[in-house]
Amino acid sequence: MNRITRRSVLAGTAGSIGALAAPGIVRAATVKELTFFYPVTVSAPMAQIIDGYCQQYAKESGVTVKASYAGTYPDALSKAITAIRGGNGPQFSVLLTSDIHTVQALDLVVPLEDIGLDAADRKWLDGFWPAFMFNTKVGGKTWSVPFQRSTEIMLYNKEAFAKAGLDPDHYPTDWKAQGEAARKLTNRTGSPQTWGVQLAADITSGHWTFGALTAGNDVNLMNDAGTEVFFDVPKSVATLEYWVDLSKTYNATPPGVTYWSTLVTNFLRGDTAIICTSSGNLSAVTAGAKFAFDAALPAGNPTPGTVVGGGNVYIFKHASKEEQKAALAFARWLTAPERAADWSIRTGYVAVTRDAFDTKTMQDYIAKHPVAGRPKSFLPSARGELSTFEDARIQTLLENHIAAALSGKATPAAALQAAQAEATAILRRYKNM
Amino acid sequence: MERHPVAGWLFVLPATVFILSFTDLPLVATLASSLYTAPFAGHPGHYVGLDNYNGLIADPAFRQSLWNNVLYAAVTVPAAVVLAMAMALAVNAAIPGRAWLRLSFFLPTMLPMIAVGTIWLFFYTPQYGLVDRFTSLIGLGQINWLGDTSTALPAMMAIAIWKQAGFFMIFYLAALQNIPPPLREAAALEGVSRFYFFRRVTLPLLGPTTLFVMVTAAINAFSVVDHVVEMTQGGPDNASSLLLYYVYATGFRYWNTHAAAAATMVLVLILSLLAALMFGVFGRKVHYR
Repeated sequence: MNRITRRSVLAGTAGSIGALAAPGIVRAATVKELTFFYPVTVSAPMAQIIDGYCQQYAKESGVTVKASYAGTYPDALSKAITAIRGGNGPQFSVLLTSDIHTVQALDLVVPLEDIGLDAADRKWLDGFWPAFMFNTKVGGKTWSVPFQRSTEIMLYNKEAFAKAGLDPDHYPTDWKAQGEAARKLTNRTGSPQTWGVQLAADITSGHWTFGALTAGNDVNLMNDAGTEVFFDVPKSVATLEYWVDLSKTYNATPPGVTYWSTLVTNFLRGDTAIICTSSGNLSAVTAGAKFAFDAALPAGNPTPGTVVGGGNVYIFKHASKEEQKAALAFARWLTAPERAADWSIRTGYVAVTRDAFDTKTMQDYIAKHPVAGRPKSFLPSARGELSTFEDARIQTLLENHIAAALSGKATPAAALQAAQAEATAILRRYKNM
Repeated sequence: MERHPVAGWLFVLPATVFILSFTDLPLVATLASSLYTAPFAGHPGHYVGLDNYNGLIADPAFRQSLWNNVLYAAVTVPAAVVLAMAMALAVNAAIPGRAWLRLSFFLPTMLPMIAVGTIWLFFYTPQYGLVDRFTSLIGLGQINWLGDTSTALPAMMAIAIWKQAGFFMIFYLAALQNIPPPLREAAALEGVSRFYFFRRVTLPLLGPTTLFVMVTAAINAFSVVDHVVEMTQGGPDNASSLLLYYVYATGFRYWNTHAAAAATMVLVLILSLLAALMFGVFGRKVHYR
């Protein structure tokens, strides 16, 4: 219901943005009104929470911030691009962190340094978890502000572990142990039928799962500049072979592509004992699980690792200097420790700064729900999400080739070589930019 | 009567303006756009001739989307036509609960395609999805319909057939009720079998309807992709990617608008050919009263 109302409001706000985007001279030096787009990707009452923040901010600062619900992450990007090209876009937006190179190439965003940072701003930016600055700080400049951030985690059913004779207090840390555990958790003949582990490989989630697995094999999928990918290096190939083996050798996961949207339901129903999912789902699983569960890092080869994801606040180039400054001030307010803690508790996203974890609110919540504190200990082992120029295209082609390998249509090596060749051809022109 | 050439032009002006601005100009603009590159790294876009088209041919995802779409049309068009005709014949007869049957056949048509996608996403879910529950009842194992490269496209076809057959049934029902009763009475007098009557009288009289339905179904096969966006996003391994989905992804997810323009022109060409074939060749062979 809330979503529908927000959508219908969109048309109304578009009109008022038009007034704002009028020539700079008309605009007063002090900005009174800002508009931003945000996507919704987790099952929390986001519109309500964000509207609440905006009202509070208006009271404290006198600046009205209008939040427009914009669909999924790709929807939010398309809407922002279309609105900006049409001459009346929002001044800032929550977009995928991994879109950094893509929005740079489209010449849409302004680095925070160019807006102007004072000492307090710099100290604020240093307070974010280093893992959340991957794909955020590139080439010495900060391109966005970490906001709704997450990390890939393994959720496992402790009761199923105990029943299968596994240690429910220690999740396996290396690939082989994880595969063997998943095999023991699988039951395909009796009733109820269960799978040991499920990992999502559908479009938009497959590259993220692969990123978590490759992090555990100590390999990056791309360079920092976003101009080169490492899909076909031996360590990446070995990682995909392991993923295929979970079905082929360990018989612990269904063959073919598993959809992201089915994971949490399968886990809560007890249809699968382990899922590889986003920390953003912790709140939903905590609320819905009728059994004891815990979160762990995905096993590695031999050291566990994972990947970060989620969205950052990007400030747009087309906005006036004053609007950019006002947007930056709002972003800073939005990520202040108390708010970041509140946001984390109500949505399931990871609190983006160290200080947020130290607030009393967060400490009390973690004391009640220890699992909510886990992501903090995972962050040091996390790497950046696959992020290149034309990232949506590169991620999709990787996902399609991973699907070919998981369906048995191609060997992991052949699939990743094909993905590497296609990606290299696309990225060639960005190398000498 | 006086002739007013200016008045005549003024009368057609509104229609002309609309056709020009909403059909012809966008087509020309798309064609032009498909011959240029996007501005890149400070350089403005420039004319590249057929480079964007060559790029499409070189893209395995485009070739697969095109081939998928041909298969998709080749299966969904005849299947929807046959099913629609069968349903119309069934509910045209005087049977109990006829209104209820008609309604249930027509129901899928009234749902928006996005809602259909969401419903079928649940139907196809492995383990607790409706289809899997049914197949496990009759002893077939689990089938990951949308997660296997060989079943994803057939799964999409089934949705398209289910969605549009009820709509086409309405047209067949109307046509069936327009068949003059004396024909049936005459046939009964002659002692003609029901099948013979259907083959020699009903089927030919349904000809114009069939042509219309086939054109509509073929156009739908190339222009309705909401369920692909909602359910598989073309995956796995491009198995369920259709041409219009390729255009959408290229244009609005990858922001490669000039390549998308070229793919759009290919789509327009296919649709024009279909229309020409249907109306030009088959149209003349259809019996009109």
